[in-house]
Amino acid sequence: MQKYWRTGEPYVWATGAALSLTLLIALTLIVVVMINGLGVFWPDDLEQATLKSGRTLLGEVVKREPAASGEGYRKQYKIGNRDIYGLDFRWVDEADIEALAQPADAFILEREEYGNFYGYLQSLDVGGLAPESSSDDAARLFAAHERVRELKEDVEDLEDAVSGLSYQLENIRRQLLEAEYQGLGPNHPKVEALEREQAILQDDFRQLVDRINSETRQLRQYHATFTEADGQQRDIALADIVRAYRPNQMDFVQKVGVYLSKLKELFLADPRESNTEGGLFPAIFGTVLLIFTMSLFSFPLGVIAAIYLREYAREGLLVRLVRIAVNNLAGIPSIVYGIFGLGFFIYGIGGTIDRLFFPEMLPTPTYGTGGLLWASLTLALLTVPVVIVATEEALGAIPREIREGSLALGSTKFQTLVRILLPMSSPGIMTGLILAMARAAGEVAPLMITGVVKLAPTLPIDGNFPFLHLDRKFMHLGFHIYDIGFQSPNVEAAKPMVFVTTLLLVLIVLVMSSVAIRLRNKMKKRYTFGTF
Amino acid sequence: MSKTAPPEIKDPIIEVEHLDFYYGTEKALHGIDLLFPRRHVTALIGPSGCGKSTLLRCFNRMNDLIDISEVQGNILLNGANIYESATDVIELRRRVGMVFQKSNPFPKSIYENVVYGLRIAGVKNKTVLAETAERSLKGAALWDEVKDRLNQSALGLSGGQMQRLCIARAIAVNPEVILMDEPCSALDPKSTSRVEELIGKLRNDYTIIIVTHNMQQAARVSDYTAFLYEGHLVEFGLTEQMFMKPAKKQTEDYITGRFG
Repeated sequence: MQKYWRTGEPYVWATGAALSLTLLIALTLIVVVMINGLGVFWPDDLEQATLKSGRTLLGEVVKREPAASGEGYRKQYKIGNRDIYGLDFRWVDEADIEALAQPADAFILEREEYGNFYGYLQSLDVGGLAPESSSDDAARLFAAHERVRELKEDVEDLEDAVSGLSYQLENIRRQLLEAEYQGLGPNHPKVEALEREQAILQDDFRQLVDRINSETRQLRQYHATFTEADGQQRDIALADIVRAYRPNQMDFVQKVGVYLSKLKELFLADPRESNTEGGLFPAIFGTVLLIFTMSLFSFPLGVIAAIYLREYAREGLLVRLVRIAVNNLAGIPSIVYGIFGLGFFIYGIGGTIDRLFFPEMLPTPTYGTGGLLWASLTLALLTVPVVIVATEEALGAIPREIREGSLALGSTKFQTLVRILLPMSSPGIMTGLILAMARAAGEVAPLMITGVVKLAPTLPIDGNFPFLHLDRKFMHLGFHIYDIGFQSPNVEAAKPMVFVTTLLLVLIVLVMSSVAIRLRNKMKKRYTFGTF
Repeated sequence: MSKTAPPEIKDPIIEVEHLDFYYGTEKALHGIDLLFPRRHVTALIGPSGCGKSTLLRCFNRMNDLIDISEVQGNILLNGANIYESATDVIELRRRVGMVFQKSNPFPKSIYENVVYGLRIAGVKNKTVLAETAERSLKGAALWDEVKDRLNQSALGLSGGQMQRLCIARAIAVNPEVILMDEPCSALDPKSTSRVEELIGKLRNDYTIIIVTHNMQQAARVSDYTAFLYEGHLVEFGLTEQMFMKPAKKQTEDYITGRFG
């Protein structure tokens, strides 16, 4: 027995078990998120249940579990029609159900507002959009709907033009304010020129808005009447319908089609319904851009600081203290960084920039409010210790002979650093960057007070000069999870989106790290043993 | 025992004048006076910790890298004191090359390793670089083995090849003196003999100072030998004379393996 302990076998088992446990927990998390997240967009069949009370309901079965009474089961239906019922979900005891059916002509309508509608097509008023003669009403609905979507895209193009105009108008307003601040009177030629331009733009603006309004009105003429399961009727404008389909009639391929179209919407469209429906494009974009700008600040800063600390600073009490401080920085709660970012970057630096360069805009802040720049700087501060520690370790791992070999050939310390040490430590530095990026991608708390918003009206990159607007507020997947999961008025309806968003965030981190890891392995191959 | 007079050296390349060396408060070298003959091989021998490597590293001021080191006395290279404040250390290290105990090729191609010294000196002319690479590799007796794979990583070479590459790298910048710090201690006998042959060849063009633990090696490759013990120079003389008929008892004991 004693010999058994001495061989160390139990410890090997224990280490193995510890590793398996960690992996198991991580795996469980991923699997749960995947199961819940991947299934969200699959169009489930609709079930119509006639209750013993005589009422009928139509919806997707979400859950089935033992009834609270202890006998039989109960089902949770997603019945939608929030504008009629008020609630999207309903629990029904199976004992109360008289009959179940899967009506082939049941529709799911995904709407711009009020969530899904479940019901049957009653009548159609689409004017000339779909020929009267052609086949049945449903086919005409689909044809007309497609046409309406196209028309709607034209209107959206107009809306883009409007936002471009309003950006220009805002610029002129700013210039006018500046002129006023400089004390130029209303008769100054510069002011007059600006006002003329403003008048022209405003005219354009009004015309465009009028055109949009009339086209929208025209578009809203096309509508269809649907009945819900209990017979209530609703007129729904085709323009309000995002997607209409009859799941009970669809075969596998068609369902895959719907799934893919929803996936496309997720990646490319803006969110709607207070973020619980629609796409995540602005949040994905914001997250990726945030990580990139963060790396842009944190990477050079961390590497250069580490180089000084390792290569140039004279080893002593001060350097040791600095090193301890750097390591401790990594342990400060992220919210503290957020508060620091708010106080130092936003109010301090941003406020000073405003006072110096945009005094005409005050009290409206330009840089003295949360934005992508300040959020990335805050995150850079948060991740810089990771980069410093990794770089220092990578530099320290280079054998002394290599340094001496280079110096002995008459190279300066700087040449040695640039030509030998940095390339050799690049894999280690990359590891630091990967860790830093992963950490930054997962942070939410410091962002909440440095520039993240629930819904950003514009992306940080657009077609207006200077194209990259780092002062703008932005959306972020991590904050999105918190927002729709815990701040949404309709938590139950938002739940699928929480899983999808989580999955997406994990995916983004995964993609970014794998790219970085590939890069690192390439460098490793190049600068350690092996071939080119 | 008749005391042999120290050999008379005309035209020394390096003159060490009463050199004291300190690591912090610890004195590592005590008043060394030595002359190194031009275009000859001089071996520094002595037991571990006797200060022979320290002395060697004084010649290209490699000891400057150690913060706590301090040098007193003079070392003259061609008559100019290298420890003067006006000395350009970079320039000095170009004139005094070094080969280390552990071969230390850079993680670059074989070619880039050889021309490294030229590149950092600012040489950009491709023909000059290529010619130097070929000349140095031939000089280090490595050309035939690597001429077809100059662009492959130097880390793929064998231990002996790596050490010869390091020698090629050192002679590429055309130094006056090559310092070798136990260049063969990590090599197998076959590679050792190749490096020793190489040293025999190089002595025609360069001054070589070699630190070695291996008595036979010192006897085989060197013209002169200096024996150090606990930071003191015990004896210096023609290798042949020293190994045949050492002047001091200490030297004799060490050479015959009675201590050290």
